[in-house]
Amino acid sequence: MAPAATPSSGTAILVADNITVRFETPEGAILAVDDVSFGVRPGEFLSVIGPSGCGKSTLFNVIGGLLSTHQGVVSVAGETITGPHKSIGMVFQEESTFPWRTVTDNVAFPLELIGMPKAKRVERARHFIGMVGLDGFENRFPGELSGGMRQRVSLARTLASEPKILLMDEPFAALDEQTRLLLGDKVLQIQQQLKQTTLLITHNITEAVQMSDRILVMTYRPGKVKRIVDIDLPRPRTSEIVSSESFGRYVAQIWSDLREEASRGMRADEKHALNEGAAS
Amino acid sequence: MTAAAVAKHSTARDSTPALVGFGSLVAFFLVMELLIQTGLVNRFIVPPPSEIIGSFQRLILEEDIFHRFLVTLGECLTAGVMLTVFGVTGGVLMHRYKLLQQACETWVAAMASAPLVLMYPLFLVIFGRNVWTIIMMGFIAALPPVILKTIEGISSTRKVLINVGRSFNLTPAQQFWKILFPASLPTIFVGLRLGLIFALINIVGTEFLINFGGLGQLINDLAERYDLAGTYAAICFVILVSVLFFMTLEKAERWLIPVG
Repeated sequence: MAPAATPSSGTAILVADNITVRFETPEGAILAVDDVSFGVRPGEFLSVIGPSGCGKSTLFNVIGGLLSTHQGVVSVAGETITGPHKSIGMVFQEESTFPWRTVTDNVAFPLELIGMPKAKRVERARHFIGMVGLDGFENRFPGELSGGMRQRVSLARTLASEPKILLMDEPFAALDEQTRLLLGDKVLQIQQQLKQTTLLITHNITEAVQMSDRILVMTYRPGKVKRIVDIDLPRPRTSEIVSSESFGRYVAQIWSDLREEASRGMRADEKHALNEGAAS
Repeated sequence: MTAAAVAKHSTARDSTPALVGFGSLVAFFLVMELLIQTGLVNRFIVPPPSEIIGSFQRLILEEDIFHRFLVTLGECLTAGVMLTVFGVTGGVLMHRYKLLQQACETWVAAMASAPLVLMYPLFLVIFGRNVWTIIMMGFIAALPPVILKTIEGISSTRKVLINVGRSFNLTPAQQFWKILFPASLPTIFVGLRLGLIFALINIVGTEFLINFGGLGQLINDLAERYDLAGTYAAICFVILVSVLFFMTLEKAERWLIPVG
């Protein structure tokens, strides 16, 4: 086990420092994220894992600059960010391709925004489409693709903006386990090829261990850093690693941390449902 | 089965619904003809289809039906363009300025179900007995669904698409033109379709009521003369305007929303 990476780690390109988020609800204020601090080093793959309701997606929104009602500081290469930052590329959990654009036009979207000439941006888009393994689908519309393919289009679109940090919020959550493992391979391959600094938000232990250099385990509400686990598995990795003994040990270790938190979450949900029932 | 045979089979199957639809229409006319000719249906209330078909030539030669058809089509197109420009802009502005939406949405919705055609005397006073009274009646009556559906389309844009735009640091204008507007186009087209139905009904209705303009006036004249076959034949031309209108709209929709 490694201690939590502190924001003062001089080598970190992305630093989250004392992030706290509260939400006002009709039942009162909810402390969603409580004093979370960590850093991500250049080229590192860090996953944030925790049970449902631990504030993972809230943290994603804070780091992506989509939520500004938080306390604490997020900085990229020493620069404090106050909103969406060009260095951070986001891939969302929900299907987020533009259904009215072809695959090429979807991927070329960020290039169009910077005014790149059409011929050049189509060429660049095709490069990233090839990188996510969608050659031959350039002129298709998202409605003609499977869920996994659409998520790859979203990934290619984000990569096309050439972000310093790739921020992903459970991008494969809606996919079946086999597709998820294979897409994990694809992400790993791209991450290693581009040496892309990546922060993955997930609740899937296998996915986190398969891809990460480090895993930050969060507690159930309020979300705090429970532990940071170094994943000392050889690289380059593929999904074949899931059958190794050391992989199993990491999964078991993280599950033992998460089990207690997931149980707390489940009990809290049951209590909430009972109260709702009694109130109605 | 060879590929050619499969293709032939598939074409035959694709054209079946159209053939069945056309066949049903022909069967309906044959049954009506039979019922009227045998006296089971009074021919002074419903003229036989053969008589209606026979009156087309008279309408073309004596009543200048093509000119009237073009007048009504022109009025509908003018109202349609005005609806698209002012209706969609109105919806966008009401979505953009919440106070405007809160203040006006209820009465715009109320307007949608009001029989606005009854306001034709007021429009006659304002615009006179001319084509603008007819166009404005069609336009005003059709405006509410276009405004309401535009608001609905923009409001129901999926949050994740808006967040994608935010993550790419889009300006408000880029957010609108590159995400909100294309995402809401399918719903806007539903509003336009509804609006054009309202516009056509009100345009022909107003032509009929003020006895001016294209097909509505002709239907009024023919009905006054108790020329029932001619009246029904003229109604066929109104249906043709509607068909042309919706075919054009469908083409525009396919061009603007090529979703594969």
